[in-house]
Amino acid sequence: MVKAATSSSSSPARDSSNRSNATFVKSIGAIIWKDLVAELRSRELLSAMLVFALLVILIFNFALELDATTRKVATPGILWATFAFAGTLGLNRSMALEKDRGCLDGLLLAPVDRSAIYFGKLISNLVFMLVVEAIVLPVYSVLYNTNLFNPGLISVILLGSVGYVAVGTLLSSMAVQTRTRDVLLPILLFPIIIPILIAAVKASSGFLQGIAPTEIMPYINLLIVYDVIFTAVAYMVFDFVVEE
Amino acid sequence: MIVVKKLVKRFGLKIVLRGMNFEVQRGEFVALLGPNGSGKTTFLRILSSLTRPTSGIVSVAGYPLPGQASSVRRNLGVVSHLPLLYGDLTAEENLRFFGKLYGVFEISQRIDQTLELVGLRSRRRELVRTFSRGMQQRLAIGRAILHDPDVLLFDEPHTGLDQDACDMLDRLLLEVSGQGRTIVMTSHDLIRVEDLASRFDVLSRGVITASAGRNDLVRNSLPEFYRQALTG
Repeated sequence: MVKAATSSSSSPARDSSNRSNATFVKSIGAIIWKDLVAELRSRELLSAMLVFALLVILIFNFALELDATTRKVATPGILWATFAFAGTLGLNRSMALEKDRGCLDGLLLAPVDRSAIYFGKLISNLVFMLVVEAIVLPVYSVLYNTNLFNPGLISVILLGSVGYVAVGTLLSSMAVQTRTRDVLLPILLFPIIIPILIAAVKASSGFLQGIAPTEIMPYINLLIVYDVIFTAVAYMVFDFVVEE
Repeated sequence: MIVVKKLVKRFGLKIVLRGMNFEVQRGEFVALLGPNGSGKTTFLRILSSLTRPTSGIVSVAGYPLPGQASSVRRNLGVVSHLPLLYGDLTAEENLRFFGKLYGVFEISQRIDQTLELVGLRSRRRELVRTFSRGMQQRLAIGRAILHDPDVLLFDEPHTGLDQDACDMLDRLLLEVSGQGRTIVMTSHDLIRVEDLASRFDVLSRGVITASAGRNDLVRNSLPEFYRQALTG
């Protein structure tokens, strides 16, 4: 049998560094590709998230019976509660699919920096979350007769989703190792994402009610800081979290 | 190729491995035998860098663990009783995915060779979830040897396979071991491992209690050797 060549052969330090960066990026790309192809075939994760999210906004619609004024006030809260619950479902399922067939071990056995696994899963989870949000927003607009096509609101949703998924991916990889993973993830996740939910709801509310950008900016800044800090923390601790 | 000295592994108060010593030379095929709960799987997880040892020295393919885990992983292939494959990807896509993670060059050519070896070339475009358990296990071996590792670890690879699938797996294991690789395999099937391995070690209560080469044993005497190792 022909000996398989791998990209790890010895070379000068700079080449080695460039190569390891390229390997890091390629590994992230491979994980995203794998998740997207598998999901396109099974539609297991997206369909569950989507059906759940649509049911939540439908239930809120019938339960609250909002008038035009209160609708604008309640919309950010309803939207973010929907995204948070549906997102938890997706995060749980995304890691459970890795764990159930031993695939997580398969990933951890690969000679790549384990943070590449984290970033690969993070981006895949973010794509799933954004797809669900992109479908929920127009449905919500029709059901609640509210115009949600506001560039400010879209950017808040993007920033909020990044922070949510950054923390959620880390915690789901921790929760998936336990027998009570389905209940453990929301218990761990929701207290930590309270700052992001508050900032996202306030900023969304500001954009929907046409408040001056200077009043909204502190919340946007909070979202950005939260995203950066938690992505960095997750990058640093992921190796320890996935190891027994 | 594998050196383990005074290895201890604790999970809380429970001690699974109690100062275990173990050594495997290049090209050896060692069957690690032992009852359920003796620590076989934990030991293989330590060798494969999935679990950290509590104390002791562990070195695989010349690299110490956990210090140089990435180098160990590059030289290691692992097959467990779970396939470690994605059911919603085809056989070829699975190998391509893992090939990218391992940085395999000329990946298409390597995938062809691997699928040919494990007898799945004609099924390369089929989803893995449609495969039988035996086919999945053959593909799992393909995944493990794709990057041509020096060391292979098999954790009860016969689990859940029928007689024909076990026979086919054995032929594949012999072919893979014949290529000069170092293999450690855990198993409960004494009859099967007697024809496969070149050495038999018995792990009981966290230490190796007996070791014998194939040439040291009379044919079909492995069950008796195993019984004595556990009771003695």
